[in-house]
Amino acid sequence: MMKVVYTGEMDPRLCKSVLGETIPALAEKDADVIYLDADLMSCIGTAKWAKANPGRAINCGIAEANMVGVACGLASAGFKPIVHTFGPFASRRCYDQAFLSGGYAKNDVTIIGTDPGVTATMNGGTHMPFEDVALYRALPGATVIDVTDPTMLISVLGQCVNRPGVKYIRVGRKQYAKVYEEGSDLPIGKAVTLREGSDIAIFACGIMVHEAMQAAGTLAAEGIQAAVIDMFTIKPLDVEAVEAWAKKCGAVLVAENHNKFGGLWSAVSEVLAQKRPVPAGYVAVEDEFGEVGPQGYLQERFGLTAAHIVEQAKSIIAKKS
Amino acid sequence: MMEAAKKKELQALAVRIRMAALEAIHSLGSGHLGGAMSIADVLAVLYGKEMKYNAADPKWPERDKLVCSKGHAGPAVYGTLAVKGFFPYEELKTLNRPGTRLPSHCDRNKTPGVDMTTGSLGQGTSLACGMALGEKLRGRDARVFLIVGDGESNEGQVWEALAFASAKKLDNLVVLLDWNKRQLDGWTEDVYPMGDYVAKLEAFGFDTVKVNGNDVEAVADALERTRQAAGKPHAVILDTVKGAGIQEVADTAMNHSLPVSDEQFERWTAQLKSELAALEG
Repeated sequence: MMKVVYTGEMDPRLCKSVLGETIPALAEKDADVIYLDADLMSCIGTAKWAKANPGRAINCGIAEANMVGVACGLASAGFKPIVHTFGPFASRRCYDQAFLSGGYAKNDVTIIGTDPGVTATMNGGTHMPFEDVALYRALPGATVIDVTDPTMLISVLGQCVNRPGVKYIRVGRKQYAKVYEEGSDLPIGKAVTLREGSDIAIFACGIMVHEAMQAAGTLAAEGIQAAVIDMFTIKPLDVEAVEAWAKKCGAVLVAENHNKFGGLWSAVSEVLAQKRPVPAGYVAVEDEFGEVGPQGYLQERFGLTAAHIVEQAKSIIAKKS
Repeated sequence: MMEAAKKKELQALAVRIRMAALEAIHSLGSGHLGGAMSIADVLAVLYGKEMKYNAADPKWPERDKLVCSKGHAGPAVYGTLAVKGFFPYEELKTLNRPGTRLPSHCDRNKTPGVDMTTGSLGQGTSLACGMALGEKLRGRDARVFLIVGDGESNEGQVWEALAFASAKKLDNLVVLLDWNKRQLDGWTEDVYPMGDYVAKLEAFGFDTVKVNGNDVEAVADALERTRQAAGKPHAVILDTVKGAGIQEVADTAMNHSLPVSDEQFERWTAQLKSELAALEG
């Protein structure tokens, strides 16, 4: 079952609370699921459950490289580890361990990186990964997901624990706009059409899905019909969806809360270049480091708003012959 | 004290491991000979006495596991596994050949009997901790033996893992630190002095002993001890010689990776064979 219920309203659930409920629920359902954290259990609401279940939840201290290695060792003993820390430490800090002890050694692990991109807000530039997707895309066989809303978070986490390879899930801890009806299944690797359109196809992921939907509304008022496609699975990319929408609309825009190098824009461009070259562009971070501030300010600062999408969409459509 | 016959048996196994590793490396022309030779004796004690395993069923879940975190010593591990019948001895000559099951660094998905993939130095230490924790959570009494190089311990991940092992009281983990005193660029004291390993491991909360790592009886006694103390992880600092067992290799200052000529191979093999004859004769 999957139903799109987007109205622009926020989902009342905080993603940190959803993580705090979903991780214990998965562990209670499957005795092989084991949860590891690097001293950030209290940030996602798992601390109380972890204390009561010391054999199911391992606090590895502030040592992320070791944590991922330990998770991989547990995987070799038949466990299904879920590892959590903030995005930069779940990617850059432990990348070699995820790559070799995980991917290369065929130890299957699920890694959750919270507060991706501008959602790191007040923790600032040191905690603001704009490159985590690029890193994990380059890991052979990896699954890379930028979560759209709490319902999707529950759905993909449940799939990831039983999926082979290294799975990287990036998700903010706060609220997201509600996109999917509670209980919806979002199969990994399958893009979701959120809004039909014929003038341009907007592929978005993470917090940019909401911005894209807002932009599509603005464009419609000006007579431009923009399709919006939720590309929450950045790897393996739904190549057929990219091809089909490029063919239908003849113009493509990608919106992502990530560096323009190596993320969804790169992934979509690779498909377009090979399969169906059409005018295309992006709304993404212009190869910069992050900085501190509220999310609204940061989205303006790095050009990640609905207004930026509207402007880009018009400029791409103007290139259609 | 070990029975004289058992001691001879383990000494002979160590010689066989050296011959096998030498044969593999010679078949290729060169390789990580020094660090393979330094751990031949501990491998002989592990696979000749201490570890429980089944060569006919390498993935038997109840087995003890070995993580050779200094993954470049793969040829010594392969030599041990070949001698113990995990795969045909002749296969040693496929080391590093295209499509081989015996890559330069240990790979759990390729070689029967290799329990963990290693090679990027330091990573085997955390993997071993996860494996040891997994054994405990599974309720199995299997142990995990972790061979770490002294040069390898330059890597920060080693110390993260040791802290974890101590914090989680992994008393089914035995760290075997191959203190062979040389790394790729030369003597560790010149390249990157790491200080006193016994003091360091003790400070990290390990039950720690230092022994002559090229003496099978001393190593066996130390491993016997690791069966007893509970509540903390174990460390055995193996005082070894890089290149031990082949004097010319031990005497070569830069012996991390060496070419092996046909003439050297014949001569060294003849020496090892005569040692073997003396032990088994």
